[in-house]
Amino acid sequence: MDAEITLTVDGAARTLTVDTRTTLLDALRERLGVTSPKKGCDHGQCGACTVLLDGDRALPCLALAVAHDGAEITTADGLAADGELHPVQQAFIDRDAFQCGYCTPGQVCSAVGVLAEVDRGWPSHATEDLTADPQLTHDEVAERMSGNLCRCGAYVNIVPAVQQAGGVQA
Amino acid sequence: MKPFAYARPGSVAEAVRDVAAEPAAVFLAGGTNLVDHLKLGVARPDLVVDVRTLTSREISDLPDGGLRLGAASTNSEVAADRRVRERYPVLAEALLAGATGQLRNTATTGGNPLQRTRCVYFQDVTTACNKRDPGSGCSAVGGYTRHHAVLGVPAALPDPTAPETCTATHPSDMAVALAALDAQVQVLGPAGERTIPFADLHRLPGDDPSRDTVLEHGELITALDLPPLPAGARSAYRKVRDRASYAFALVSVAAVVTADGPGSSTVRIALGGVAHKPWRATRAEQVLRGGPLTEDAVRAAMAAELAAAQPQPGIDGGNGFKIPLLTRTVVATLRELVEATR
Ligand SMILES: Cc1cc2nc3c(=O)[nH]c(=O)nc-3n(C[C@H](O)[C@H](O)[C@H](O)COP(=O)(O)OP(=O)(O)OC[C@H]3O[C@@H](n4cnc5c(N)ncnc54)[C@H](O)[C@@H]3O)c2cc1C
Ligand code: FES
Ligand code: FES
Repeated sequence: MDAEITLTVDGAARTLTVDTRTTLLDALRERLGVTSPKKGCDHGQCGACTVLLDGDRALPCLALAVAHDGAEITTADGLAADGELHPVQQAFIDRDAFQCGYCTPGQVCSAVGVLAEVDRGWPSHATEDLTADPQLTHDEVAERMSGNLCRCGAYVNIVPAVQQAGGVQA
Repeated sequence: MKPFAYARPGSVAEAVRDVAAEPAAVFLAGGTNLVDHLKLGVARPDLVVDVRTLTSREISDLPDGGLRLGAASTNSEVAADRRVRERYPVLAEALLAGATGQLRNTATTGGNPLQRTRCVYFQDVTTACNKRDPGSGCSAVGGYTRHHAVLGVPAALPDPTAPETCTATHPSDMAVALAALDAQVQVLGPAGERTIPFADLHRLPGDDPSRDTVLEHGELITALDLPPLPAGARSAYRKVRDRASYAFALVSVAAVVTADGPGSSTVRIALGGVAHKPWRATRAEQVLRGGPLTEDAVRAAMAAELAAAQPQPGIDGGNGFKIPLLTRTVVATLRELVEATR
């Protein structure tokens, strides 16, 4: 059963017809050729597909495309403005926060989401005092990024990269 | 994946009507559980009715001093709400102990308590499972039981071929906190509105393990109401899992402690990861009522609560470890709360 939807992907409006079963991830990758979000597990477990969906980090592998008609999606590919890398992207390079790179677009989108969430004062499981504003400590970053697996084990460099992008000396 | 029709009606009333009229229809909220089950073949609906943008996303004050969580509010929004963090820390902590940032941004107040068991056999359509395929039997008996129930199960080893056998646990962290908070579930169904005490929402397998809750087909959760807590009440959630983050609970404890006077307090305790539903430890609560919350008293209370607990043998050593672990986790949680009230 088909439905016509419009998605704004990295700033460009794209209209397409999808089967109701199509996930947002397959719509992006297979239908629109947007391959920056990676398919790792396809079950919400690895974070490789992470994008910013209407501003918040989310997993398009567990979303039906038809349910997100009109959505605005930013992938890691769309983060750089005017040829200038996003501070999170630059920090991943500065801190050598990847090896094979397969998990990296998801890590980068997730990190952008983490920084916005910390800016809004959102707590995490690692926040000692739920009523205080959270800080970008090592434990906070590790907890908040725990939904992004890295089979190369680049975690030791991912945490300082996220801290650097968040303006913390690490 | 089996083909299905998708609908986003104009109102919640229409959504309820649409689902009620079609036996193979389901509601869709954040989709983080349902879409997974569509892929696995665990859910095989003909019609998916999207209510994410129809139900309320508001978190609002109730006249009695409580809080109403609209069904579409996300797990992230509820956990970050100042009123929840200050007045219901047990709920914020439970939400933050569950899943990941990405998932919590999508998962909803209505969908989270209705997520289905993570029993590996339930999720694997090649195995027998009474919950997924009524009457087919239960593959968990003598199988992988690390995440399975020890409470609300028969005293003898269950019969793997009996249609009522099911030792699955309810996986939600949020639901354990809601059980301890005496939340109320606002429901809209084909026959109108009703309110269900949260502790009565989920059921034991009984003679129909395929049903997780008392909701009838077509009944929609529109909101969850949190009653006000007594002045000076403290609450906390503690989760024990195989990893420090991003894993379902082996056991978990939600507790609310109110000091009634010197050496006397009222305690509410709910246990997660140990039964087909979030388990309100009413027996332990009774034993502790009016007395001091010493470690000995808590141990005695938990001994009463767990008298009927039944470990499930299985590969990997079974799940008998949960019984002492529950007591220790309750002791630690209450100690933390008592120290905080001093
Ligand atoms: C990798 C992974 C790890 C996870 N870890 C945890 C964890 O540690 N702890 C934890 O608690 N959870 C965990 N979860 C589960 C997650 O919390 C749930 O998937 C989520 O809360 C479900 O909410 P949803 O809005 O996405 O529901 P959906 O998937 O949209 O729906 C779930 C069910 O509820 C029904 N439904 C939804 N809304 C309503 C409504 N308003 N009225 C009636 N029926 C409704 C649907 O028909 C469906 O049957 C994890 C999930 C994943 C994928
Ligand atoms: S592909 Fe989406 S989380 Fe793994
Ligand atoms: S860099 Fe290879 S998986 Fe993360």
